[in-house]
Amino acid sequence: MGGIESFLGMGGYAAFVWPAYLLAAAVMGGFWAVSRAELKRRERQLQELEQRGGGRRRRRAEGPGGQVPR
Amino acid sequence: MSDLARPPAGSALHRFASPARFLRLAGSLQPWLAGGTLLCLGVGLYLALFGSPADYQQGETVRIMYVHVPAAWMALFVYLCIALASASLLVWRHPLAGLVAKASAPLGAAFTFLALATGSLWGKPMWGTWWEWDGRMTSVLILFFLYLGLIALTNAFESPERGQRASAVLALVGVVNLPIIKFSVDWWNTLHQPASVMRLDGPTIDPSMLWPLLIMAAGFTFYYLWVMLLRVRGELVEARLRALQRLETEGR
Repeated sequence: MGGIESFLGMGGYAAFVWPAYLLAAAVMGGFWAVSRAELKRRERQLQELEQRGGGRRRRRAEGPGGQVPR
Repeated sequence: MSDLARPPAGSALHRFASPARFLRLAGSLQPWLAGGTLLCLGVGLYLALFGSPADYQQGETVRIMYVHVPAAWMALFVYLCIALASASLLVWRHPLAGLVAKASAPLGAAFTFLALATGSLWGKPMWGTWWEWDGRMTSVLILFFLYLGLIALTNAFESPERGQRASAVLALVGVVNLPIIKFSVDWWNTLHQPASVMRLDGPTIDPSMLWPLLIMAAGFTFYYLWVMLLRVRGELVEARLRALQRLETEGR
């Protein structure tokens, strides 16, 4: 038990060490989650648009010299 | 392929100019990058928190180094990647380079913020101050503002391509800040310690601390590449969305 308390106490510097790790975890984890959610949202929108008939027009646009990225 | 049809010399980058090819490559790389991130950060965190000693002078606060230093390295590395992508956009008009730069800028800003914040958390117990207007800290703060400028400029135009080109120019101008950050600890009096890993005469840091640091840095690098590819995929889907919406509007 003393071992865990001593570990969490970080030699009296817990108030500085743990916030640094928590901040890194929050920023990096949050950034990944937001980026992934944004990608999924756009993919859903694209799917809906293609189902509404956008796909047919896209194929026309992708003919010779078509610029629509896939 | 005739010589006329061959892409110009120096356009090897254009091999991945096709969004379809890029997406295939990104799709096959992403699981490996995710795995590399989780493995390196898992092992790195274990070594940083349990497998490395406290510093003889700084005590347990030295453990902040394992997130602060990789974040600071990534702040510089991501900017370098943005600068290379910007040069590629302006010189070779590589169609994906602008998207790589756009996707990377918020990540670079996040790493720079982490470097500044964790540096403050390390500075308070060791130096007695959260902040000091010295060369290293001020130049890193300027880097943070540069990232914010890149993000703002990229989104300031109605045409995404114009925004990316304007931002590319700013990114190339801002490269001058990178050597200033790197050498600031040698050029000016500073509270910040000089380099102890990237030195011509080799690292001065003990291997028991160097290995966890390098493994954490590898984890941060994998993380950047993983999330950057995720964001570039998002930008490509967004471009397709815009194109389809335009076609739909014109078709009405």
